Amino acid sequence: MDNLLILFNAPILSVQLLIDGLLVGAVFALVAYGMALVWGVMNIINIAQGEFVMLGGYVAYYLYRAGIHPLFAIPVAAVLLFILGWALYRSVIYRVVDRDLFTSILATFGLGILLQQLANQLFGADVHIVPSGLHTWTLFGGMVTIAQIKVIACVFALLIGIALIWFLKRSRMGQAIRATAQNARAARIMGVDTTQVYATTFGLNAAICGAAGALVAMIWIIQPYLGLPFTARSFMIVVVAGVGNIGAVFLAGLGLGVAEEFAGFTLGAQFQTAFVFALLVVILVWRRIRLARQRRYLS
Amino acid sequence: MYKKPIKFLLMGLSIFGAATLSALPALSLAADNTIVLGAAVSLTGKYSTNGKHTKNGYDLAIKRVNELGGVKVGAKRYKLKVIYYDDESTPARGAQLAERLISQDHVKFLLGPYSSGLTKAIAPITEKYHIPMVEGNGASVSLFNKGYRYLFATLSTTEYYLKSALELLAEETKKQGKDPSSLRIAMAFENDPFSRDIRQGVLDEAKKYGMKVVVDDKLPPDLSDMTATLTKVRALKPDALLVSGHAKGAALVTRQAHEMHVRPAMIATTHCDSARIAQNQPQAAEGILCASQWDASLNYKGPWFGTASQYAQRFKKAYGYAPPYQGAESSAAVLVFVSAFQRANSLDPTKVRDAISATDMQTFYGNIKFDSTGKNIAKPMVLYQIQDGKYKVVAPTKWANAKVVYPLK
Repeated sequence: MDNLLILFNAPILSVQLLIDGLLVGAVFALVAYGMALVWGVMNIINIAQGEFVMLGGYVAYYLYRAGIHPLFAIPVAAVLLFILGWALYRSVIYRVVDRDLFTSILATFGLGILLQQLANQLFGADVHIVPSGLHTWTLFGGMVTIAQIKVIACVFALLIGIALIWFLKRSRMGQAIRATAQNARAARIMGVDTTQVYATTFGLNAAICGAAGALVAMIWIIQPYLGLPFTARSFMIVVVAGVGNIGAVFLAGLGLGVAEEFAGFTLGAQFQTAFVFALLVVILVWRRIRLARQRRYLS
Repeated sequence: MYKKPIKFLLMGLSIFGAATLSALPALSLAADNTIVLGAAVSLTGKYSTNGKHTKNGYDLAIKRVNELGGVKVGAKRYKLKVIYYDDESTPARGAQLAERLISQDHVKFLLGPYSSGLTKAIAPITEKYHIPMVEGNGASVSLFNKGYRYLFATLSTTEYYLKSALELLAEETKKQGKDPSSLRIAMAFENDPFSRDIRQGVLDEAKKYGMKVVVDDKLPPDLSDMTATLTKVRALKPDALLVSGHAKGAALVTRQAHEMHVRPAMIATTHCDSARIAQNQPQAAEGILCASQWDASLNYKGPWFGTASQYAQRFKKAYGYAPPYQGAESSAAVLVFVSAFQRANSLDPTKVRDAISATDMQTFYGNIKFDSTGKNIAKPMVLYQIQDGKYKVVAPTKWANAKVVYPLK
């Protein structure tokens, strides 16, 4: 309650929370693009999504340690994670891609734990940060600050979203991906190499997450166990936005970011992540009710 | 196609086999002239880094004691040995392993695991079997109000962690001719047993001085962003910001307070060294105060290792990195056992327990003397400040090697 009073007494704080929420929300959206893609095309809910983000963060960290500016780590992380995603598809995911959703959730969940523990063994459990070397803008006499790296992250997320839409609409591979998403069997009959399509989709997802991870390392911190909240956030974003609409994913991401910032401020930081999960439950219940209503209407 | 799963299975089995083999202890059918200690430490899982420091600390002390001829009990000299198990950073596993160490490996003396949570899981078991456990890494004050008789800790318990920061704050305020009761403080503490104790200590201290707490945020265990809390701090302009959220909290408050230009007169946190804020974010970390159990530059001295800095040299030579306090307090736990064996003149667990309880010794790690609950009351917490990118001890003033920069710029 006190926190709400502060907010009313100093409305300028809302501006800070709003801006921060929008900017970090874009990063959440970036992670969610891939989940939407994999979910839509392969009917797989990738629980290891956050772990790809974590690995991307470590790529940025080690490149930074090697003296390379971490902004260059974004493409490098994307390429490395693409290879990893591809390899994981070829070794694990292709075994579960046509199976029940439950099987693939379990498989990716296991994959997530494996990646976490491997990272813990390889990189250690220490918390790392990657300095972006960028500064902060101050507005309104220091009452509002905007970190430049967050702005870059937001613009990047927007550009990747546009590029993704273009890729899916225009490029040959994108068309094959969409065809496979609509009907894998039919696509196969028409000569689309669906295995290739799946592998590319999964690799692309990992690549986007990797790039997001490099940004996460520059904005916050990285450690082997940071994955789960990112998986939960992207799951929620995709549940809200649907699997076939990248633009909606972006907007839902922004919305989640803002909601989280305000929840963190008014309810206290300890409920910031809890709020995400609570919201997820509410949204799932609400969707169920709505679906049930639609069914009744149809029958 | 069909062969592949079998190959995978075989591969998995062989990995599993190798893992179990390496985890098997060298059987504790110890020769007559060896004292076997047991320890469950976190070699994998989220505490693996600190678990490794703990193990290194134990090993270094064991090696040193054995090098110097071992422990003299009665007319006989004994070498020391430790049986380790990996508790995977999970309390349930730790309890299981303690049970195994005691009933299967017949270990009579236990060294502690890493973290309060693990210690909390193991203490009831050592208590049940009347096996003394000396630990250097379970600081939660809640370990010492349960009436355990066989648990002893070499480190300062949690409620002291940030008390010294408030003392320093009050001291500096008085120097400026102001009343400490005019001070307003903001706190952000994780909601785990460790940080809750610290918070309680801070609250008691604030009450003593009549300071006002204006922000009292609890941080989540999977903390990844402190913007919301810091926005509040910026609006309310307190005189001090106190944070405890393990390495994540330290790294984040350093990064984001700098980024958001939040600069109260004092920022104090725990776990700066494990977050490596001075090395990784020298600019942002400048002036931040850090609570620590121990530092190599302190003026402590004792048998086996000599001074704190000699200990540090030895540690660095053995493991290639400067000793974090987790290593030092673990080594000190071994030294407590050694001293107790000698004073008890016996290897009977009960007699050793009584000898431990009567410990009053000086070590490289500081003085060690246990109160009736088993916690070390002879050693104060120290407070670092990051000055020109280096850790300088600024409190308690008695051991300080630098003057505190206050207020923060």
